[in-house]
Amino acid sequence: MYLADRRATPAAAVSGARPGRPPRAAVPATVLVLGTVSLITDISSEMVTAVLPLYLVAELGLSPLGFGLLDGVYNGVSALVRLIGGRASDRGRGGGHKTVAALGYGLSALCKPLLLMVHTLPLIGAVLAADRTGKGLRTAPRDALISLSCEPATRGRAFGVHRAMDTAGALLGPLVAFLVLRAAADGYDAVFTVSGCVAALGVAVLLLFVPGRARTSVTPRPDTAARPTVGSLLRRPAVRRLTGCAVLLGLTTVSDSFLYLTLQRRLGLSEAWFPLLPLGTAAAFLLLAVPLGALADRIGRRRLFLLGHLALLAAYGLLLAPLGGSTVLTCLVLALHGGFYASTDGVLAAATADAVPEEVRGSGLAVVQTGQAAARFGCSLAFGAAWTAWGDRWALGLATGGLALAAALSARLLRRVPAPAVPLSEPVT
Amino acid sequence: MNRTSRLVVLLVTVVVLGAVAVGATLHAAGRAARKDRAQAGGPAVTPGAVRLDDPHRAFFRNMAWGPHRDEITAVPAGRLSGPRTASGVRCLRFHAAAGTGICLEAVHGELRDSYRAVVLDRRLHALRRYDLAGTPTRARVSPSGRTVAWTVFVSGDSYAGTAFSTRTSVLDTRSWHLDANLETYALTVDGHRVHTADINVWGVTFADDTHFYATAATGGTTYLVRGDRTARTLRALHSNVECPSLSPDGTRIAYKKRVRGADPDAPWRLYVLDLRSLRETATGEHRNVDDQAVWRDGHTLVYSLPGDFGSDLWTVPADGTGAPHLLVSAALAPAFDR
Repeated sequence: MYLADRRATPAAAVSGARPGRPPRAAVPATVLVLGTVSLITDISSEMVTAVLPLYLVAELGLSPLGFGLLDGVYNGVSALVRLIGGRASDRGRGGGHKTVAALGYGLSALCKPLLLMVHTLPLIGAVLAADRTGKGLRTAPRDALISLSCEPATRGRAFGVHRAMDTAGALLGPLVAFLVLRAAADGYDAVFTVSGCVAALGVAVLLLFVPGRARTSVTPRPDTAARPTVGSLLRRPAVRRLTGCAVLLGLTTVSDSFLYLTLQRRLGLSEAWFPLLPLGTAAAFLLLAVPLGALADRIGRRRLFLLGHLALLAAYGLLLAPLGGSTVLTCLVLALHGGFYASTDGVLAAATADAVPEEVRGSGLAVVQTGQAAARFGCSLAFGAAWTAWGDRWALGLATGGLALAAALSARLLRRVPAPAVPLSEPVT
Repeated sequence: MNRTSRLVVLLVTVVVLGAVAVGATLHAAGRAARKDRAQAGGPAVTPGAVRLDDPHRAFFRNMAWGPHRDEITAVPAGRLSGPRTASGVRCLRFHAAAGTGICLEAVHGELRDSYRAVVLDRRLHALRRYDLAGTPTRARVSPSGRTVAWTVFVSGDSYAGTAFSTRTSVLDTRSWHLDANLETYALTVDGHRVHTADINVWGVTFADDTHFYATAATGGTTYLVRGDRTARTLRALHSNVECPSLSPDGTRIAYKKRVRGADPDAPWRLYVLDLRSLRETATGEHRNVDDQAVWRDGHTLVYSLPGDFGSDLWTVPADGTGAPHLLVSAALAPAFDR
């Protein structure tokens, strides 16, 4: 299978980086196209996210409180869909990734005009759930496409480029929504229509410019027999350890909203700053994603994944330390938080790609990402409970201790995996 | 498809989608411009001086189209559909009592909008401003005019975030002491302290400057709670109560109750709870009500229902008799001196 893996290196990557060429080769066109698709799609979805609270309260006069109650259900459904999407995308002899990703992007795009038609909370909730399902469906196949379209040696940088473009879209979305509302007061319908058009453009770019089969060079294999199951995926030591670490570290990764709440309280920030905090994280993520992705290619993806969690640990430490509140400290915490994302989000996908053979790349990415997402959801519940029971300082203190422990355990676990991500030395299967 | 035809298809897609997007924005812009022109047959609105301590006046947010849309307007207390005097002060949510006003306003910035709570004196001059962390939803002033409260919705900034929560603040307008978040008060249900992470508090209604009622939600249940600002406690009295409004004599709570068997899209009905007997009375309003009602006097409720201009004010007797009738159209957030 190792040989098959090597032979299956996608044509695009081969033409872009011939053997012997240094790893600074250009980012493959497919990665740039997928980055563009994500950028466009994030503009679309963040436009909606930015105006939704105001739309519900000011325009529809609804009380959106009941929303939070179903969050657990949505998370569960989203996790299941992600697994199914990853699994399904591995079918179709290489064409499956694009098909499932297009379905996911398409479903989310369809949800935008639907928002124009529904005016009650349960239906709006259902549309948002469908939107999220689309996101769950597309993430793993999209990451599989990225990993399959670039040379293993430059995967970290390729994922970094993709995540930077994705984050740029997330930053632009609220701005576009604001401009539409500036042109048309209370024009929420216009925001949703523009968002739908933007999302449709994203789907068009995907359908037109992402190659249908990443593995054109592979001779068709007898389909079902050769493909390992998800169970056998987890029997691979490298996959098991990576999933274990992602879960372990995810269990001590405090959710963004809790981190911002803690930040606001511990550093005594005014309420007006609160909505700006995610922008700080996103800006740092955007700036650091590419350089840290390239660094991952040099020093090893698993190592950087761990180092990223140390940045998060440092952010927790700054929040716990009695340093008082200052703008510098706030910026530092947000920079560390963005750095954490830049050195873990795309890097984990790259590390997963190292450990999972191509035939089950989508499934493997889905398994690791779902494990991480589920662990983070569990952490949110536990952190919320600890917060209420003992206060924010203790809750954060516990998370800090937990994260330090999880990082130490992960360092041991990952060290035992043979052959870190040195160019062209993927784990032999 | 070769590269050229792909680019052509992309170009056509961009042109078509761009046309739809621009068209939708222009359509909405035109509609917004129409809202700034007075509607034929609409209420007469003239700018003028408004005083919150004028006993012959009632106040609300004017929703009628025209240059004074969203402004706090004064109308004759006995004839709410009478001529409106616009104050020039624009608020999303508003309440007033004893010459103090609370206005939750939008601030249109260069790159984004934000919200502020503004405490107004009797001439509607701003005394203090407080930045808000979310979208305004409820505002109340205590009967004495000394204490004000407001609730905003705070939403997570996650992707398609659906986790909304509320933040309710109470402010003493004499000492300017601010309780920024009532969730920090100790909540007890059936005598037990509640320690869960999912507590939300909204919809304050004042008994006096120390005691108030509000809704607290935890574990999927909403409770009517009695709050004490000195002891910093919230004590649950009754379940399935949202957006309470205390009667002038302090004996009854008008509220929205989630009724069983109702359309899940429109689950709330207007009820009145007797605080001594805890007996619930359904009002004659059988439609869905999603508002914190206001007592016009000791036996009449006023509340908002969706209307052609966003909101109309309706009225119904508090004792369960009678039928609802339209009080005034194109109005929201009323305040009556009682």
